[in-house]
Amino acid sequence: MKARAFDYVRPHSVEEALQAFANADGDAAYIAGGQSLVPALALRLQAPALLIDIARLEELHGLSVIGDHLRIGAATRHFEILNSGLVRTHAPLLSKAASFVAHPAIRNRGTFGGSLALADPASEFPAMSLALGAEIEIASLAGNRSVAAADFFLGLYETALQPGEMIRAVHVPAATARTYCAFDELARRRGDYALVGSGINAEIDNGRIERIRIVFLAVGSTPVQAKNVENLLIGNCLTPELIRKAQETLEADLDPPGDEQTPAEMRMHLARVLLGRLLGRLEATP
Amino acid sequence: MNSRIAIALTINGEIVEALVAPRTTLTDFLRQDMQLTGTHTGCEMGVCGACLVLIDDRPVHACLMFAVQADGCVVETIEGLTSRKAIADLQKAFHERNALQCGFCTPGMLMSAYGLLSSGDVPSREEIRDTLSGNYCRCTGYEAIVDAIERTARDRQNTETREEA
Ligand SMILES: Cc1cc2nc3c(=O)[nH]c(=O)nc-3n(C[C@H](O)[C@H](O)[C@H](O)COP(=O)(O)OP(=O)(O)OC[C@H]3O[C@@H](n4cnc5c(N)ncnc54)[C@H](O)[C@@H]3O)c2cc1C
Ligand code: FES
Ligand code: FES
Repeated sequence: MKARAFDYVRPHSVEEALQAFANADGDAAYIAGGQSLVPALALRLQAPALLIDIARLEELHGLSVIGDHLRIGAATRHFEILNSGLVRTHAPLLSKAASFVAHPAIRNRGTFGGSLALADPASEFPAMSLALGAEIEIASLAGNRSVAAADFFLGLYETALQPGEMIRAVHVPAATARTYCAFDELARRRGDYALVGSGINAEIDNGRIERIRIVFLAVGSTPVQAKNVENLLIGNCLTPELIRKAQETLEADLDPPGDEQTPAEMRMHLARVLLGRLLGRLEATP
Repeated sequence: MNSRIAIALTINGEIVEALVAPRTTLTDFLRQDMQLTGTHTGCEMGVCGACLVLIDDRPVHACLMFAVQADGCVVETIEGLTSRKAIADLQKAFHERNALQCGFCTPGMLMSAYGLLSSGDVPSREEIRDTLSGNYCRCTGYEAIVDAIERTARDRQNTETREEA
């Protein structure tokens, strides 16, 4: 359980970090919180010759409201998201989801950008970035670009990031007085990765759903948006019958995997239960 | 290639300078180079919580960090917390409530409890269990640990109210 020997650098700017990656001919990895990378190195699932530590880069830190969106620096730690008043006001869905991410000590180190770059389908932040319609700001030597969350998560641990590219920040459209949201997940034990999880972000005007995004986690190789359910709900007011219909419709959106402990039908059932609960308790922005 | 790297950090109040191989974890550095063996190694992958230490006053897993990453940080281990008597009351409560048997998990449990109680509030039992969700104990069944932490939180608050009065 020891990582293969590697070199380590701690550059002073994003530019320098990108250059260090290029100089290593691709045999390098960025390390942020290290909460997923360190175990992967110990198990030798990865064995880069060079680690580039980006956790302390000033440019990757900080939470701020710019115009009508919240900017989250890539190296913002999970506990900062959980404790931030700015996040609670402008992206309450992230505040709700943050308390489900791992355990306190892991939240003290793990970073928002690291979670998105890893793209674990059972992770909360990738799925909620999709639910919020976030834009991911990417830095590379070829220039900066921005990718919508909907185009970012491509497969199991696979993202739109090209080798050497770095997430600099994530931009989330800020909540308004008409924004309602809810998040919950079902796990065998608190802090474990979820069996099924889901978050909803909606714009509701006088009880009528104008826009809604419903995203599930741990039901496939990427976060999954329940588009059929969304279409059913848009333009309507939530009633117990409509929620029941939404639960029936969910089958058209999800095709969850099964294993010995959690057969596919059980996951599907849990997802329906979760959807019903969440639609029943959408909360206004504080 | 793979040369050692010079680091300087504060460990239990003392400034330490050392040369470390980048792949040396903070746990191995503390236990082997610093002889601070109160930080335990169990799973070495972030699951059991036996290796928790404080970095800049927040509990983190020493097994999920390389020593080079702690350069410039303030590190405190169970030895440091014990000698500055920051958790004497917690340790007493653990002892009195039989919240340890083999003791393997105890340093990590105390670190998590230290982090939780640093806010000064009295947490609910559910909050305590939540905080301990990343700490495995193979002996006690947790109930006694939750009791000891809850009691310490109450006692601390009572002392505070008395001091205010
Ligand atoms: C026991 C345990 C339980 C956990 N439970 C959960 C859970 O319930 N939910 C959950 O979401 N997560 C969980 N995690 C994972 C944790 O949240 C990680 O912190 C997170 O997934 C990765 O963030 P990091 O900053 O630690 O990334 P690192 O480990 O540093 O890096 C992960 C990957 O992302 C890359 N990377 C990091 N930052 C960037 C960047 N800015 N740009 C480009 N690439 C980058 C790295 O090169 C690496 O490939 C758990 C981890 C452990 C050990
Ligand atoms: S040894 Fe670090 S969590 Fe188990
Ligand atoms: S007392 Fe033995 S593992 Fe907890």
